[in-house]
Formats: sequence, structure tokens, C-alpha cells
Amino acid sequence: MKRNDGRKNDQLRPMTAKVGVVKNANGSAMFKIGGTTAYAAVHGPRDLYPRFKQDPEKGLLRCDYNMMPFSGHGNRVRPGGGRRSKEISMVTQNAINPVVNLTDFPNAVVDVCIELTETDAGTRCAGITAASMALADAGIEMKDLVIAMSVGMLEGELIADVNGVEDCELGATDIPIAYIPSMDKISLLQIDGEISREDLKKALELGKKKCLEIYEIQKKALKEKYSEKVKSK
Amino acid sequence: METLKVKNRDIVVPGETLAEGMGFLPSRGTYRIRKEIKAQRLGMISVDKKVIKLIPLTGAYLPKVGDKIIVKVIDIMMSGWRVDTRSAYSAVLGLKDATSDYIAKGADLTQYFGLEDHMIAQITNVTSQKLIDVTMRGPGLRKLRGGRIITVNSHKVPRVIGKEGSMVTMVKQATDCNIIVGQNGRIWIDGEPEKEILAEEAIKKIEKEAHTAGLTDSIKKFLEKKTSKKLEVKGGSQK
Repeated sequence: MKRNDGRKNDQLRPMTAKVGVVKNANGSAMFKIGGTTAYAAVHGPRDLYPRFKQDPEKGLLRCDYNMMPFSGHGNRVRPGGGRRSKEISMVTQNAINPVVNLTDFPNAVVDVCIELTETDAGTRCAGITAASMALADAGIEMKDLVIAMSVGMLEGELIADVNGVEDCELGATDIPIAYIPSMDKISLLQIDGEISREDLKKALELGKKKCLEIYEIQKKALKEKYSEKVKSK
Repeated sequence: METLKVKNRDIVVPGETLAEGMGFLPSRGTYRIRKEIKAQRLGMISVDKKVIKLIPLTGAYLPKVGDKIIVKVIDIMMSGWRVDTRSAYSAVLGLKDATSDYIAKGADLTQYFGLEDHMIAQITNVTSQKLIDVTMRGPGLRKLRGGRIITVNSHKVPRVIGKEGSMVTMVKQATDCNIIVGQNGRIWIDGEPEKEILAEEAIKKIEKEAHTAGLTDSIKKFLEKKTSKKLEVKGGSQK
């Protein structure tokens, strides 16, 4: 099968990552994969209101996912708040929560704002990838970085990093996953479409392998920001 | 097999493997999973024989007992003031800790400290739930009048102060400004307006170039060029 953008089945779209892009935030990052760009900004730890959400044992991680009004093609999902963005905010939070340690911040909150300026499928994955870099940049204690990407099934073949056309027009099965390498755990798994049990297993293996490619890019971006300072003597 | 995967002063990211084998000890900022030691946050590695420590480079200020910090009044309560500490938690300055004056019941507390006032205060207590008490009783603790407040990353404060206060003393010397550095990253500068700007510039430069070798020299050169004054670097005394 030939993919519509000429990629190999297991090839990711070109990626760029940058850390420290939002000056006002405690930590921030940008992650771009193909036609999808996610910005994540971390604010806090800070006071948490409404008060009934406060947890005296540990801090709360609160994620907010949002597509910007001009970001999409305007044909399928409509940007802005709604059922979809609420759900994605929740799965993002659940995907990142296993790695962060907020026991030092009882009653407080760490806010993660994820904004998508360009969207071409795989937005929640780009959002999670950017958010985990932003959290590291904000100096939050975490066991590992989280990487997310989507794998899919199109015309009976496994593909990595489903793009917009494959997802919306060609009807690929879209499986976004988030992966935590040091624990070898998957913290997000959603499936949109049909796939057999055996194929799903294979898809997850492919996803894990490909996530490690993104992991290297995350690490490089984070180190770049900080080693610059050490080098410029 | 015991292998060290990183060098001293390497920058690491969370989850990065620092060492393999049980021969190394994880210290602050690191954790052990199975037989590997991994980094728990973003920072710089310091290896001391078998102990691996991580020095954080970013992150919010964590209040510690004994720290002298610059606080801002955010609320006035029945018998004290609520102050902002530039951490996730606000602190309380009680009446008894604020002044040795006798204050009658129901007196107007704004005559001592009003909203938005800045003070240099010391942390006396931090509870497990991060309730913070500060005091104004102690040498050098006072309200800050005039001048300007700038903020730096609280992890860079040790570099701003320098060894035994050498760095801040040098900036003071060069700019003839009064400077007070709070452990929470707030810095008060008071002097001639142009000199204040220069001091601010110098401190921002220190913050930006913290963790580079030969920092004192490069700041000295910067200040000498700007002020055309000859500077001596020596250890002063600064909290």
C-alpha cells in the first residue's frame, strides 16, 4: 500500500520540538508533527480553587486541551470547548498522572494548558507529548516523560502516525496510545474503528517502538534549552 | 555490573538512566527502579563517589525553615497579615511576629503593613500541609520602602549571592545600590534610577548565565565596562 503522503507504513511525519516557548509560564513546550502543532504551558504549582477540589494529600494535575478556532479544516471537529475537548482533557490528564509526583504540593494544582494551533490528526497525542516536556521544563517531579502517538490500520495494513486524510477520508482505524518507557506501561489507549485482537497487539508493539523515536526528540529539545547555558561561556 | 551512564555536570531529563547496578546510591532528585537509577526531574548531575545527586535547574520555590524571603502582603486578617511567598502557598505573619509595639484590639493594621507592601521576612515554621509562618523579628528583617523588586528563578539565587556573598557585593559596589536577595527569588534594588537598571541588568545576566564556569569574571567585566570603575572581588557578608 502506498500512503497518501508518500510515507512508509512505519514512518512518522517530520517532527520538531522546542522547550521554553511561553515566557509567562513556569514551563512550556511546543511539539509539531507533520501538520499538527501543539503548545503546552504549565502554570503552578499554585492555589487551587474551587476549594472542594483541594486534596490535602497531594497536588492535583489539571489539563486543558483546546483547538484554536482557526486550527482545523472546519469540516469535521469544530474547535473550541465542548464534549470532545472535555473528554480529551480528561484522557490527557489520566495519561500523564501516573508519572508525576505532586505529594510535595498538598492542596495545590498544576495547570497544563494545551493549545493546538494547527491540526491534522493526532492532536491529543501531540498535546500529551508537548505537555510532558512542559512539565519537565517546569521542574515538576516526574518518573519519566510520556510519549504519545497514534497507530492505525488501513486497508489491512498497520500504519504509524495516522494523518488527517487517512483518519477522516480513507477511514483508517485510529489508535492513539501514550507510552511510559521506564515502566513499559501504556497510559492511554483509545480505538476509533475496528481491529482484531492479534492486530491490536501488533499495533501496540509498533507504537511502543515508534514512541521511542519521539522520546529521543523530547530529550534532545529539553537538553538543548539547558545545555545552551552551560556551553555559552 | 555497575556502570555510570552520565558524567558530572551533565544535564538530564526525567526518566533518564543515570547508573546501572546496586553499587550506586540514589540521592535527592533520583530514584531506583529495578537495578537502574533514574532521574526524577530536570537538572544537573553531581556524582560524589557512589552517591548520585541531581541539582534542579527549574521549578517553583519550596519554602524552608530559616530562609529569608521577600514577601508581599496580599490580605489583612484579624490578627495578622497574609503574605505571598512566590511559592504555591501563602504565609501568615502574626501580630506578635510583626512588631514589638503594643497593638490594641481592633487597631487598624494597615498602619504597620498595608496591601501590596513588600517586606523581608524569615520563615519560622512550615507544616506538612505547607502552612507557613513568617516573622519580622530578627536582624535585617524590615519593610522595604522605595526601590524596585525584580524576580529570578529561585534555583539561581545561590549564584546571584555568590560564595559568601561575593557576587552580590560586587554588584552593590559597582552600582552603589542597596540590594537584598530573598531566597524565594525576589530581589529588592534601591539606588539611583539608572544604577538600579544596571543592577537589574547584571542580575538578569547572572541568572541567564548561572552554571557557566567563570561567571564572576564575566560579570566583573560586564560591570567594569558599564561603570568604568575598577572592581575588587572579595567575599562579603550577605544573608
